[in-house]
Amino acid sequence: MNIFRQLTQKPWLDVGENVIDIKQGTTTPTPAAKIGLFWLLASITVVFSLISIGYSYRLTLPDWEPLPDPSLLWLNTGILLLGSISLENARKLARQGEIKKAKNKLIIAGGLTILFLLGQFWISNELAAMGYYAAANPANAFFYLITWLHALHLFGGLVAWGRAINHINRSDNANKIALTLELCAIYWHFLFLVWLILFILMIFS
Amino acid sequence: MANIGDASQTVPPAEVPEMELYHAKSWLTKYVFCQDAKVIAIQYSCTALAIGLVGLVLSWLMRLQLGYPGTFEFIAAEDYYQYVTMHGMIMVVYLLTAILLGGFGNYLIPLMVGARDMVFPYVNMLSFWIYFLATLVLVSSFFVAGGPTGAGWTLYPPQSISAGTPGVEGGIVLMALSLILFVIGFTMGGLNYVTTVLQARSRGMTLMRLPLTVWGIFVATILALLAFPALLVGCIMMLLDSVLGTSFFMPAMISMGEMTSTEGGSPLLFQHLFWFFGHPEVYIVALPAFGIVSDVISVHSRKSIFGYRMMVWAIVAIGGLSFIVWAHHMYVSGMNPYFGFFFATTTLIIAVPTALKLYNWTLTMWKGNIQLTVPMLFCLAFIVTFLNGGITGLFLGNVAVDVPLSDTYFVVAHFHMVMGVAPIFVIAGAIYHWFPLMSGRMYNESLGQFHFWVTFIGAYLICFPMHYLGFVGVPRRYYEFGETSFIPESATSLNEFITIVALIVGFAQVSFFANLIYSTFKGKLAGKNPWKATTLEWQGAETPPGHGNFGEELPPVYRWAYEYSAPGVKDDFVPQNLHPDQVIRDDEHTANVNTTKAAE
Repeated sequence: MNIFRQLTQKPWLDVGENVIDIKQGTTTPTPAAKIGLFWLLASITVVFSLISIGYSYRLTLPDWEPLPDPSLLWLNTGILLLGSISLENARKLARQGEIKKAKNKLIIAGGLTILFLLGQFWISNELAAMGYYAAANPANAFFYLITWLHALHLFGGLVAWGRAINHINRSDNANKIALTLELCAIYWHFLFLVWLILFILMIFS
Repeated sequence: MANIGDASQTVPPAEVPEMELYHAKSWLTKYVFCQDAKVIAIQYSCTALAIGLVGLVLSWLMRLQLGYPGTFEFIAAEDYYQYVTMHGMIMVVYLLTAILLGGFGNYLIPLMVGARDMVFPYVNMLSFWIYFLATLVLVSSFFVAGGPTGAGWTLYPPQSISAGTPGVEGGIVLMALSLILFVIGFTMGGLNYVTTVLQARSRGMTLMRLPLTVWGIFVATILALLAFPALLVGCIMMLLDSVLGTSFFMPAMISMGEMTSTEGGSPLLFQHLFWFFGHPEVYIVALPAFGIVSDVISVHSRKSIFGYRMMVWAIVAIGGLSFIVWAHHMYVSGMNPYFGFFFATTTLIIAVPTALKLYNWTLTMWKGNIQLTVPMLFCLAFIVTFLNGGITGLFLGNVAVDVPLSDTYFVVAHFHMVMGVAPIFVIAGAIYHWFPLMSGRMYNESLGQFHFWVTFIGAYLICFPMHYLGFVGVPRRYYEFGETSFIPESATSLNEFITIVALIVGFAQVSFFANLIYSTFKGKLAGKNPWKATTLEWQGAETPPGHGNFGEELPPVYRWAYEYSAPGVKDDFVPQNLHPDQVIRDDEHTANVNTTKAAE
């Protein structure tokens, strides 16, 4: 039942029509965890949108001095993309019941993500060693803010990733495993998209 | 009015197994790190009320200074600003938001929608403990060198992180950290509230059969999930400005006679971020209050809520509009006049759905069998107070009126009426209303009445004179006025009067807590459903509800939440889960109908 039809019901005039098309405990076939993840992503979207707005405003001020373009950022972006693709494959394999193969892809995705995080850390260190301290210029401050905040979200994803591997090792419920991997994949794709937008924003500033 | 015979005769069969219910295995996991939403609700409420008492004591200290300037030597100017800041932040975020969403949300959502628990109980537990940690971090700022921040509750930079402001050494850092933790904790809880409402409703509980309390908490949670990130971003940036010396918000300036190392930052950016959170925050508090008032009034008037659909839509509309009014807090920041016009317009538009709710509450009571119980009295007080505060909001929403009144006591009076006193009335009323459910016993009526009348009359004696003070130009946030030419003698005596009343009203709250504690152990047994309410929380197998909320089987729902005084029915209420065949009809009425039909 669509949301508009639901919100236009007159509950004081139930006329014997069976207005309910719900299952016990759920109101749509979408799992609760997926709905919860959707709201979490909505909240994170606001965080990064506001930072992007602040960034776009701040770079118009005269004291803004753009950072040099670290080429490793391109490589890092590629690594995160590969991680995302690997998780997508894991999701598809899990849906086909190929749990063992899915687990391998999941591990690869996690490894690539850790590599991405190490890369980000290395870039931050390099920039700091070259004198691009956070306090030296707002461009530097925004760079560190964006990369670290994004990395923190990915780190949170890695906690879920660890739980997912644990879940696969302990459970033989293929449906639940498929759902877990689907949630991981959605989160990774989302964070890749966020990074891509922020990366483009930084490059074109 | 619904025809009870027409209620849905069927609910669909169970198609999927019930949720796996978490069972505590030790004392620690049952009472401390508990995953049952009801226990988490009580933990949230107790922590919020405890920190709220700290906020109350801070307000007394402020009032002592304002009523008797120069008398209390232990209150220095720096202390006063710290009291102002901590009082504001504690009351708005750590008391009101926490108790309305964390407290009532956790207790009522699963019970009212017919669920066993929240959908993510572990995350829900984490939510409380992170909130608790946030509260500890906030309180710890009283004990660090320099004390808590005294930058005002809005924490505007550059003042909040500039030398000379109280708490700049560590207080502001702890405040920012505490708020960051609060947002993280709330997000964990918020995901639970929203998802539980969407995905864990009992069979037959359609969205439009939800009690308005659930609607209010549901929409308020969505607002919070989308608005708190702005506070989070603002706090992170301010933390970096404060600790690392970045210039997100810090402009080039001379501080204590020396140029600071910062330049180019935008204090206005922080104001936008703060109020993008700050204004929805008003409705994050108000919407649950609206919902609770709707339910309490309907129950205690024995009348169906008037205009249920309109009430739902108004909640949704207010929620949406609350995101496009934030800059009315910034009229004096030098904004483009066209922006001022836009935000003034949206501010006035938001009054429409709000007024609609006020009319509907009034019409709900019209010709109702009104019972002036303590919860009902508090909700009536809310309606009057919210109306008063709302009307002064219309004054302040207009740029031309706001500019001269800005930063005067008129603003203090306005937001205390609408955002302070009014929600506190609802919280008190809601606690009295659901106390029999939570404890299984009734509260003491006489003590409750005493609490209500002293608080109600006292709150007006405190806040009404503040409007006058604002009109004569008394500025807010001043430690003392000295001999200021435009401030009349009457302002001084009024301040003294307000202080005395504030002390009395504050002490009167002892009766509230004494009542709760005494009644929990010695109160009259409430029995099942003492208010004869229709909603599911009162229909469970036990009072107070046990673990899992509803015994063996979740209740199927056959009708909406407001079936009161239905014609042709013996009782003046029909529970949501009562099968249409079990409704006892008024024989005489049925006979009359039969006779009429026969005559036709």
